[in-house]
Amino acid sequence: MQLDLVTGLYVFLLAAFIGFEVIRRVSPLLHTPLMSLTNALDAIAVVGAIILAGEGKSNFAKILGTIAIIAATSNIVGGFMITDRMLKMFKASGPRKP
Amino acid sequence: MFASENILELTYLIATVLFVLSLKWLSSPATARHGVWAGEAGMLLAIAGTLLHKGILDYRWIAIGLVLGTIIGVPMGRVAMTAVPQRTALSHAAGALCVTLVGTAEFYLRAPHVPQFMMGVLSLEVILGALTFTGSLMAAGKLQEVLPQRPITYKGQNLVNLGLLAIAIGIGVTLVLHPDKTFLFPFMIGIPLAFGVMMIIPIGGADMPTVISLLNSYAGLSAAAMGFVLGSKLLIVAGALDGASGFILSVNMSKAMNRSFTNVLFGAFGQEQVAVAGTKEARPVRSASPEEAAGILAAASKVVIVPGYGMAVAQAQHKVRELYDALTKRGVDVKFGIHPVAGRMPGHMNVLLAEADIPYDKLLEMDEINGDFPQTDVALIIGANDVTNPAAREDQSSPIYGMPILDVDKARTVMVIKRSMAAGFAGIDNPLYYLDKTLMLFGDAKNFVGSIVRELSGGHG
Repeated sequence: MQLDLVTGLYVFLLAAFIGFEVIRRVSPLLHTPLMSLTNALDAIAVVGAIILAGEGKSNFAKILGTIAIIAATSNIVGGFMITDRMLKMFKASGPRKP
Repeated sequence: MFASENILELTYLIATVLFVLSLKWLSSPATARHGVWAGEAGMLLAIAGTLLHKGILDYRWIAIGLVLGTIIGVPMGRVAMTAVPQRTALSHAAGALCVTLVGTAEFYLRAPHVPQFMMGVLSLEVILGALTFTGSLMAAGKLQEVLPQRPITYKGQNLVNLGLLAIAIGIGVTLVLHPDKTFLFPFMIGIPLAFGVMMIIPIGGADMPTVISLLNSYAGLSAAAMGFVLGSKLLIVAGALDGASGFILSVNMSKAMNRSFTNVLFGAFGQEQVAVAGTKEARPVRSASPEEAAGILAAASKVVIVPGYGMAVAQAQHKVRELYDALTKRGVDVKFGIHPVAGRMPGHMNVLLAEADIPYDKLLEMDEINGDFPQTDVALIIGANDVTNPAAREDQSSPIYGMPILDVDKARTVMVIKRSMAAGFAGIDNPLYYLDKTLMLFGDAKNFVGSIVRELSGGHG
């Protein structure tokens, strides 16, 4: 699939604006989970690696694609796990919910 | 009718929406876990949609990759909270590795007929990816203390680094103009790989929060560039979000240290203080025992605890929680004052204290807590140094002059738990320690806090 430069830039700039507005509101309390979560989301690059390894246009592409899948998947699994673990720990004071 | 191509695009669109929602829900601790679920749902959807892509002929390698990745990912998700900074650096490296490998494969599949626009973003992708990969590995090594934490500097360092970067960009430009010169491509990977190492060598431990954020931003931007190469809007959005988040955090961190980006990357803090270290005279300080400290704390009505990297090193957060409990039980109002660069990454202290079960509404940012110090009976500093140094406010000749600090010196009594009188990371002497109202509590943070807790629960009933 091809994407022309202008469409791509539209998408990029709008996403960057949304990103700034949304992320500015994240409390500094949660900056560590923020980083691990965006890292996990960033590992969506795995879709590119999957196509590369699956299409198998050359052995070189297949090998690099597979290593890339390993790297990205470790980020997805590890990133979501640790983010959730961290967020579970944040509790407010006062009466605890059951 | 819907072609499979359209269905794939639709799953990507839904995933994009879920990713944005994921970050939106992260804005408050109450909804934050929904954010993780939204992110996971978007990710599963996008991967499932991709697996149905009609171009995929062979699933064996994909399966091997997904399984091996999961096997590596699970322990990465289970590391101790004190190891989160190095884990984060490692995950930046893994993300950058993925992007660089895909970019490399894409280049060789298309070369020598690569359109100029494609070659431009591809160059950006692999240059950023490669330097983020080695840079993050170096950062992880320094954080794990496999590599020396002190900044390593030499003459002409900045020139060498900028030169390397310029050569890499030059190669990128050449390839855009002449994509058939494929022999140049390995250099466009190799030089940024070297640059990544050189870039982190002069950076010291306390600059890590800024550097990790910056690497976070680069990892995001390289993924966005990969989105342009592959024509994937989803990847462009995810990369832009990650890039924006890294950028915001980097700006926050630099502000909290009163330094510019360039100063962090090219400044090498450690150098200038070497001369000062020799001239230091021994000035008298007042020290106190755990019993005395416990007595003062028990008599206080308002206590602010200021944690720093030293608390993380000593793994003292659970003892701090016991202290918090013991004091709260006696009716003492206990809060925590958290400097943005306390620790080794943004938000590091909050995670450690939350792990120890301290309610998050007791964890206050610098701006929120600073007004409280004049009404505070005791400011208890555990393993923090430079972020409490009044020289940043008063002494124009100090290297950290202008850096926003926690005004602990305005509290009625200041207690500092510290292993010895050695200076902090920056090698800067802290005048706070010589004030009349300051009591130095010498010892390991974990043991010392433990002794105070024993005194509080035993000695005074």
